Amino acid sequence: MSPLDILAAPDIEERRQWMGTLAKASPDRLDEFWQDLAEKPDYRCLKGPEIGLAMVRGRAGGTGAPFNMGEMSVTRCVVQIVDGQLGYACVAGRSQRHAELAAVFDALLQDDDRRAALKETIISSLDREWRNRRAKRSAKAASTKVEFFTMVRGD
Amino acid sequence: MYVAVKGGERAIANSHRLLDEARRGNPAVPELSLEQISEQLGLAVDRVMTEGSLYDRELAALAIKQARGDLIEAIFLLRAYRTTLPRLAVTEPIETSDMAVRRRISATFKDLPGGQVLGPTFDYTHRLLDFGLADTGGDAPEAEEGNPETLNGPVPRVLEILNHEGLIQREEKGEHREPSGDLTRESIAFPAERDVRLQNLARGDEGFLLAMGYSTQRGFGGNHPFAGEIRMGEVSVEIVPEELGFPIEIGEITVTECESINQFKGSAKEPPQFTRGYGLTFGHCERKAIAMALVDRALRCHELGEDATAPAQDEEFVLMHSDNVEASGFLQHLKLPHYVDFQGELVLIRNLRAEAEAKARAEEAEAKEKATADAAREAAE
Repeated sequence: MSPLDILAAPDIEERRQWMGTLAKASPDRLDEFWQDLAEKPDYRCLKGPEIGLAMVRGRAGGTGAPFNMGEMSVTRCVVQIVDGQLGYACVAGRSQRHAELAAVFDALLQDDDRRAALKETIISSLDREWRNRRAKRSAKAASTKVEFFTMVRGD
Repeated sequence: MYVAVKGGERAIANSHRLLDEARRGNPAVPELSLEQISEQLGLAVDRVMTEGSLYDRELAALAIKQARGDLIEAIFLLRAYRTTLPRLAVTEPIETSDMAVRRRISATFKDLPGGQVLGPTFDYTHRLLDFGLADTGGDAPEAEEGNPETLNGPVPRVLEILNHEGLIQREEKGEHREPSGDLTRESIAFPAERDVRLQNLARGDEGFLLAMGYSTQRGFGGNHPFAGEIRMGEVSVEIVPEELGFPIEIGEITVTECESINQFKGSAKEPPQFTRGYGLTFGHCERKAIAMALVDRALRCHELGEDATAPAQDEEFVLMHSDNVEASGFLQHLKLPHYVDFQGELVLIRNLRAEAEAKARAEEAEAKEKATADAAREAAE
């Protein structure tokens, strides 16, 4: 790894995080944040939003060699903020609005002047909401966990 | 003889209109929404996504509505739709070890790390019709909530327990071809690699795989399976876009996985050990996942040096007949006009009969002639 890569690495990890959060958010929720955004930037779509497929791969035996299990619908979009950054999004499903807004927020989050505020408002809220949804699902599953008890046979 | 077949356009158009009316049923009954199908007939949606080989709940619900609940027709519609879309990416392999499990059971270890989590299952229900469901408009039922902490973090795989002791066939990333074989791009060739076999089984018909798996249990290529582990829940899906060069998460999908543990007495090449079969489906298709694992194991007979004696071990038989879109297409094409073919058959059978009758007549005449000649000779003597 070159010194440059090492410097870039934390940024990539940070970007991966917010891109994942944006991808898992509902399109309606992203739209709400967009409507609430004080300074809406001008942007143009360089690519898409276009609907297509991603071939999902599994692993033989869960841990082995990959195989193609089937496809899922995805929507991809690349935007550029006027005089600014490129934003990228590829999200599950067929919502073009979702992909476009996720790409716009990805671009804005790369702007050093806006990142902290956007992370604090949008990304942390979306991430919290997703964690809550997951915790709710897990809590319901946890209630079905079997507690075995052993009978002691009397003599 | 050639018979030109034209016409029927109006009958076809009217048949479509009649189909539309039949689909809608009694207009006094409220029309189904896609949300209703996807929320309340969720397992039908899961099956259509799995065998339609396209994960999209809304499209699968639409296909079910359009097909009037005929799931194989719905699977066909979804397969046809997927051909209209470009493939934008191939995902990183999903890691089911990191699944947020909603159900996870093992039939081989009672006290396994992570515990037995029943989730939403028909098991342990009494299979008595619940007439309470006949009335709509009641309060929505609500599940209990336990402590989600108990399901945090990766749940260890049951088969890893046997792996530590070296008692089971290993399943490692190891050497494999890149890209994986893809039967949507290249037709299947025999002998088929395991990646292609698994892809074929993953989109194969549940009924067919159920019957094949069942046949192995009944002794046709038996290898005595245990459900080592069944898990269902959400996994994250990642792709590495060319533009970025690093993996990003694009969302989550629900999958069901079954790992079977099977007996193996050992061979010249391999010591006695447990062997494994693997099933993986979109959504919650548990019966399909188990059946797939049994059939996958049966098809591994060659790599284990077992004799392929049963239908489930015959990969050409299994893989060429598992796809319900292909099977149903070929079967149902019998309904299309075969007037010319049949005219040919009709002419052929008439000719054959005429020949047979002529021959019979000739033989009869010959026999009569011979009898007359014999009688004449006898009389002369």
